[in-house]
Amino acid sequence: MTTTDVETAVLDDRDTRSEVAAGWRIVLPACAAVIPLGLALGVLVVKSGLPWWLGPVLAAVVYAGSLEFLLVGMLAAAAPFAQIAVSSLLVNFRHVFYALTFPLHRVTGRGWKAYSTFSLTDEAYALTANPESATWSRARIISIQATFHAAWVGLVALGAGLGTLIPSSVVGLDFAVTALFLVLGMEAYKVRRSVPIPILALGCALVAGVVSKENMLVIAMGLFVAALVGTHLVTMRRNRDA
Amino acid sequence: MHDPTYILVAVLISASITWLLRALPFAMLAPLRDSRPLAVLGDRMPVGIMVILAAYTLRDTEPSSFASIGPVVVALAVTIGLHLWRGSMTLSIFSGTALYVLMASMIAA
Repeated sequence: MTTTDVETAVLDDRDTRSEVAAGWRIVLPACAAVIPLGLALGVLVVKSGLPWWLGPVLAAVVYAGSLEFLLVGMLAAAAPFAQIAVSSLLVNFRHVFYALTFPLHRVTGRGWKAYSTFSLTDEAYALTANPESATWSRARIISIQATFHAAWVGLVALGAGLGTLIPSSVVGLDFAVTALFLVLGMEAYKVRRSVPIPILALGCALVAGVVSKENMLVIAMGLFVAALVGTHLVTMRRNRDA
Repeated sequence: MHDPTYILVAVLISASITWLLRALPFAMLAPLRDSRPLAVLGDRMPVGIMVILAAYTLRDTEPSSFASIGPVVVALAVTIGLHLWRGSMTLSIFSGTALYVLMASMIAA
């Protein structure tokens, strides 16, 4: 190694450290915001009669907030694998759109790229959804993603530990999942502010619930997506004919 | 009661699908960017999927039993109202849930 190489290495090291710290400053508010949700997921796992270790395992391996809440209920009910697969596909389908703006080109190296896509959650997308992120360093991007991942796993594990302390006379904690989806739905509504879409979805859910309670999710989501695609095709044809 | 093998297989299925959804689009970035049907689904799907999921979590509610549907209606109204008023996800979810737990626990006792 020449003197210049050593100097460059020292400089890179210092750069990396300040970039990791810059990542922390960006991600810490998001970590604070999910404290209640992480704790709630851990508590829910234990309260659903599932083993406590499932909490941190879901948080670390599946690592997709709303799907993890849904999985707790499905696992507690021993839902068939097909239902779990279809639900995962539809609930997380929104992630395919994150590829359009996420600065993966800044994350060099196969392993880092693999981790970066694995941990591309809603929050990771939201924190990098700005034009400056196209110039961020790998250290900063990975720092954001890994810190958030670690915080989430820690919170869920803590919640699972606390869950065993809550007396069994306390019921109804799973309403947190209902409220979570309701609020996420209200946030998603702001994108288009179209009233017919949520009403169509509610209609699909009610029909599916009447047809089969066990397969309600798959039927409702299938009907809803088919209706959206169908409406789009009809509109396209009408526009072409016009 | 809960078979660890079942749980682990289910977790792996779910994790693999989630990762594929996050990673594959980067490989197919160019065609995806111009895909009109995908873009249409992209901004219409989330709100509907969330409504369906919320409805699914309430599937065991008995519409004819006041003890079952009462707390649900009150807690839903409070959650929606708070979220429209303050717009804080944490506040809406926690207040709605705390109220529901209070009502459901008192009815169950």
